[in-house]
Amino acid sequence: MTRATRNGLVTVLTWVLVLVFFFPVFWMVLNGFKPEAVASSAHPKLFFTPSTEGYRLAMDRGMQGYLINSVTASVTATIIVVVLAIPAAYALSIRRVKNVEGALTFFISTRFMPLAAVVLPLFMILKTLGLLDNVYVLAVIYAGVNLPVAVWMMRSFFLEVPFEIIEACRVDGAGLGREIFRVALPLVLPGVASAALITFIFSWNEYFLATLLTSSAARTTPPFLGSFVDGRGQFLAVLSAASTIAALPVILAGWVAQKQLVRGLSMGAIK
Amino acid sequence: MSVEETRTVQARPATPARRVNTKELWSARGLLLPAVVVLVLLTQVPFVVTIVFSLLRWNLLYPDDRGFTGLGNYASALTSGDLGPSIVATVLITAFSVALSVVLGLAFAVLLDRDFRGRALARTLMITPFLVMPAAASLIWKYSMFDTTIGMLDWLSRTLHLPVVAWSTDHPLASVVIVLTWQFTPFMMLILLAGLQGQDRGILEAAQVDGAGAWRTFTWITLPHLRMYVEIGVLLGSVIILQVFDPIAILTKGTGGTKTLAYLLYERAFIGLDVGQAAAYGVVTVILTIIVATVALRTLFKVFMAGGSR
Repeated sequence: MTRATRNGLVTVLTWVLVLVFFFPVFWMVLNGFKPEAVASSAHPKLFFTPSTEGYRLAMDRGMQGYLINSVTASVTATIIVVVLAIPAAYALSIRRVKNVEGALTFFISTRFMPLAAVVLPLFMILKTLGLLDNVYVLAVIYAGVNLPVAVWMMRSFFLEVPFEIIEACRVDGAGLGREIFRVALPLVLPGVASAALITFIFSWNEYFLATLLTSSAARTTPPFLGSFVDGRGQFLAVLSAASTIAALPVILAGWVAQKQLVRGLSMGAIK
Repeated sequence: MSVEETRTVQARPATPARRVNTKELWSARGLLLPAVVVLVLLTQVPFVVTIVFSLLRWNLLYPDDRGFTGLGNYASALTSGDLGPSIVATVLITAFSVALSVVLGLAFAVLLDRDFRGRALARTLMITPFLVMPAAASLIWKYSMFDTTIGMLDWLSRTLHLPVVAWSTDHPLASVVIVLTWQFTPFMMLILLAGLQGQDRGILEAAQVDGAGAWRTFTWITLPHLRMYVEIGVLLGSVIILQVFDPIAILTKGTGGTKTLAYLLYERAFIGLDVGQAAAYGVVTVILTIIVATVALRTLFKVFMAGGSR
C-alpha cells in the first residue's frame, strides 16, 4: 500500500468515525423537522416533507418563557463573573497579594465543592428569605459557581502581560484604575472573552440547581426539557425541536470560539 | 520534583526584586475581596450550614421532632445500606466515563492532528456533543437512540439481526456511561489535540531521521509529552463527572446501580424531605471529592509551575 493510499484510508476512517459520533446531534436536528408520526416511527426516515410542527408545539408548551429565563440567568451570571473576576485575577497576577497559592487554592476548592453539598442550605436560606424561584438569585449562584474558573483563566492571561508595560504606566503616575482598565485589560480581552464564554455555557446548561431552586416563574430551559421525561404518547418531534432550540446558542458560541474553548476548559493551563 | 516545589506558585517569576509596599498589598487585597466574599457567602457558608444540618434530627415530614442527634445521621447513613452502593455507582460511572473518553479522545485527537480535507469541519462536528445541553443530550439518547421502539440502536440491531437491547432499563449503568463518554470525549479531544499541536516539531523530525517508526515515535515521544494534558483532562473530567446529575435524573432515575451520591442526596432531601440525612450524605460527598480534588490540585499546580518557568 502506498503512502498516499494509506493516508486516504485514514482520512476516510476519520470522517466515518466523526460522522458516527456526530450522528445523535444530526438526528436530533432532523427529527425536530419531522411530522410527529414520521419522527416516532419504528422505521427511521432520512427523507420526508419537513414540517415546523415540532417547533410550534414546543412554543405552545411555553418554551419562550423558559428561554427568556435562561438568557437572563446566564447573561447576568456572566456579567457578575466578569466584573468580579477581573480585579481578582489582576490581584493574583500583576499586583502581588501575600500567599497567592493559598488564594488560588481557596478559589479552586470552591469549584471542586460538590453542588449537592451546598444546595440544601441554599434552598433553606432562600426559602426563608422568600427568594426561591427568582431568576436573578439563580444568576448570582451561577456566578459563584463559575467565578473560580474565571479567576484562574484570566490570571493565566494576565501573567502574559509584559511587566515592563505596567511598570512604565506606573512611572507615568497612572492610578490603579487606569493601570487595570486602560493598560492591562485591553491586552487580556481574549482571556476575558473565554472566561465569559465558559460561564455562559455552564450557566445555560445547568440543570441541578435550576431544578431545585426554581419552580415556575424563574424556571430555565434545562428543567423544562427534563419535564419531557414524563411525557406520554408521541412526542419525539417536539422533544427534538425543543432540544435543538435549547442546545443551539451554546453550540453556535462554541463553534465560533473553539480556540478560546480549549484554554477556558483547562482553566488557562493549556495555551 | 518534590511536593513543596510543585506546590509553590509564584505570582510573577519575572519580578522577584520588585518592592512590595504595604499600600500596594492592601489595594491588591481590595481587588480580591469582592470575589472572595461572594464565594464565601455562596459556598463556604452553606457548607458549614450543611455540616450543622448533618448533626440534626430533622425531617420536614415531622417538623416538631427536631433536635441535635450528633453523629446519628452518619451512623444511619453508614448502616442504611444506601451509601456503599452509591459510592460504588459514583466511582464506577466516573471511572468508566473518564477512562473511555480519554481513550476515545486520544484516538480522535491523533486522527484530527493530521492534514486532510475538511479537517476544520471535522473538528467542529467532533466538539459538538460536548456543547449540547446535557439535559438535551440525555433525552435524545434516551428516546432517539436507546428506545426499544423508535431508537436508532434498536433499529440497527433489528436490521443487523442482532439481539434487541433495552439499554436504559436493562443496562442503566452502561447507558449513563455511554452518554457521559459521548459528551466528554470532545472535551478530552480538545485538550489532547492542543497537546499534540504543542509538540516540538524538531524533536519529531529528529526521531524520524534517527529511524524511529511512527509507532515508536508515538509511544516514546508523543505519549510522554501528552502526559500532562492527559492528567489535566482526567482530573478536570473526574471532578465534573463526580457531581453529574442530569443523565441520572433523565435516563435512569437512580435505578439499576446508577444512584450516585449526588442523586441519593437529592432523593433524601427533596423527595424524602430528610434534611439531616441528606446533609450527612452531602458531607460524605465532599470528603470523597476532596480526595480526588487534592490529587487534582497537586497536578494543576505542577502544570502551572511548568508554565511559569518557561
